[in-house]
Amino acid sequence: MGFLDIQNVTKSYGSVEVLHRVDIEVQEGEFLVLVGPSGCGKSTLLNMIAGLESITSGDISIKGRVVNGVHPSKRNIAMVFQSYALYPNMTVGQNMTFGLEMHGTPKAERDRALKDVAKLLQIENLLDRKPGQLSGGQRQRVAMGRALVRDPDVFLFDEPLSNLDAKLRVDMRTEIKKLHEKLKTTIVYVTHDQIEAMTLSTRIAVMYQGYVQQLGTPKEIYDTPANVYVATFMGSPAMNVLPAKVVMHEGVPYAQIKDAGGVEKLLKFSQANMSDWSGKEILLGIRPESITDPDGADRNSNNIVPFRNRIGVTEPAGADTFVTMELGGIDIVARMRADANVGAGQEFDFAINMDKAVAFDPKTEERIKP
Amino acid sequence: MAVAEQDTAVRTGGITRAFIYGILLLFMFFYLMPLFVMIANSLKPLAEITGGNMMALPDTWTAEPWRQAWSSAQIGVEPTGLKPYFINSILMVVPSVAISTVLGALNGYVLTKWSFRGDKIIFGLLLFSCFIPFQIVLIPMATVLGKLGLAGSIPGLILVHVVYGIGFSTLYYRNYYAAFPTELVRAAMIDGAGFFRIFWRIMLPVSGPITVVCVIWQFTNIWNDFLFGASFGGQTQPMTVALNNLVQSSTGVKEYNVHFAGAILAALPTLLVYIVAGRYFVRGLMAGSVKG
Ligand SMILES: Nc1ncnc2c1ncn2[C@@H]1O[C@H](COP(=O)(O)OP(=O)(O)OP(=O)(O)O)[C@@H](O)[C@H]1O
Ligand SMILES: [Mg+2]
Repeated sequence: MGFLDIQNVTKSYGSVEVLHRVDIEVQEGEFLVLVGPSGCGKSTLLNMIAGLESITSGDISIKGRVVNGVHPSKRNIAMVFQSYALYPNMTVGQNMTFGLEMHGTPKAERDRALKDVAKLLQIENLLDRKPGQLSGGQRQRVAMGRALVRDPDVFLFDEPLSNLDAKLRVDMRTEIKKLHEKLKTTIVYVTHDQIEAMTLSTRIAVMYQGYVQQLGTPKEIYDTPANVYVATFMGSPAMNVLPAKVVMHEGVPYAQIKDAGGVEKLLKFSQANMSDWSGKEILLGIRPESITDPDGADRNSNNIVPFRNRIGVTEPAGADTFVTMELGGIDIVARMRADANVGAGQEFDFAINMDKAVAFDPKTEERIKP
Repeated sequence: MAVAEQDTAVRTGGITRAFIYGILLLFMFFYLMPLFVMIANSLKPLAEITGGNMMALPDTWTAEPWRQAWSSAQIGVEPTGLKPYFINSILMVVPSVAISTVLGALNGYVLTKWSFRGDKIIFGLLLFSCFIPFQIVLIPMATVLGKLGLAGSIPGLILVHVVYGIGFSTLYYRNYYAAFPTELVRAAMIDGAGFFRIFWRIMLPVSGPITVVCVIWQFTNIWNDFLFGASFGGQTQPMTVALNNLVQSSTGVKEYNVHFAGAILAALPTLLVYIVAGRYFVRGLMAGSVKG
């Protein structure tokens, strides 16, 4: 039994089911991120937790109490909206205490709560301003302040950083993370930005087309993606997924792939159970950072496979240099150290860390578990 | 509006400018002429009008026509002046405007923020009421007022005008609130505000511009209405009907100076409303198209 329980929840608009049987258990103090592309149903799920959308079937409970049909104001939740949704006619202070006022909290107590939160977020000097007189970052803080003042059981965030410019977004991200570490509150956070999801969360639910594709810690999601969709959605640049054939060589399974010159090459699998797939086609997933120049290879890996291939394009990106090349008939990306000596069209010795490679069933696109 | 300084664009020459001002002056003259004639003649003794130039300023200035028009002119059979009818109009217009505006605002709020099954149809029907010609409803309306026992009374007129006014006021507020972010309403719901409190504390405070538009529109229309007033006014006729009776009376001499004064009196409230609230009117009409 979690702190926030989402059990078998579905949502339909008319005859269209937009959320299918979602099951998520959130523990107290957890930071759960719902991530997925536009239209996958993240906001719908969040709004159902908030009570702003009705639940078609299933149960949502907070602290052991089923809240289906309970008014949003009686669920003891607070929400931060994408547009901040600050009341334009009220001052920052009034905005932040409106909820307490509606709940009948005495004035003295409201003022105390306001003071504490304003201090925590360093917005004490803004309390008498109207939202129209604030910058984007300040509005963001006020919106969080309004949520914090209520001291709710669960915080809900719907893409709170998407209206900020790139630099400010990174700063606020850090700030939200610090705040969570300090206050240890339970948070459900919606975003379509996979970096936000990775950095902030204690657990991630990757959603696509109304299904939760995978629920797990950032490391689980990144290293052992449940399927091709999760593998390519999380990580930037995306994981390379290429067709390969499993062949046995002296009793050990290998992935057989055509290189840029059309020559078949063999990459030894780290997973022994790949021999079950002997002679069959699979999809091989290798992250760009697992294909490196030999000196950049992971020293802790037990299975670094040297691999010679022709470089297509190089893209220096400051900290790293990305190399595009053909492998298995498609263009894949590899990540070199910034000063690796690579040039377009050149034959180059790469090192592939096969410990980190994952294999997918080409029919179901599910990961083949070791 | 967007240009910070009082300067003209590079391509606006002196001749163009003179031309523009010329045209504007012409129009101003054209529009102010009738007003001038009315005011000038309402301040003259009758003899000066019948015996001379309508366009001239008075030789002898007198406020007598105004006094007569207000309190002693013959309206129909009674020498009461326009005063009681003016009061009738006020008693009719103020509640009508207030009620239809409040209902329009509530309708707009519900139709945009509390969508329910069939809300589009209801809005469509309300809109439809904007296009029903007055004449068509005269007889059914008379029947209804009779059944309600409101025929020939001010409450009856108020009811008629409210019913007719809701269509337009709903249209105004619905369109205004459609651009109002729904997230604000949701935030207020989570904060614990109920239906009316959200309306009162969140929506109304930002509804100033559209309220001005709505009030001006309803006020002018209801104040200027003649048909309903004549049909359902009974003993409590509004200003417009009284003015007609004053001007059209066939007995005695035509006291043009008194008629002019009466006409201005009848137009005065709407003029005042425009002057007081006019700036907001333009602002309200533009709200939504330009975000401030
Ligand atoms: N009122 C509605 N009626 C019908 N379908 C709806 C309604 N609201 C949302 N949907 C559908 O439900 C799906 C999920 O919508 P939702 O707003 O949850 O997406 P999202 O994941 O938050 O996307 P975004 O990142 O764009 O905000 C979408 O396919 C959308 O078209
Ligand atoms: Mg969304």
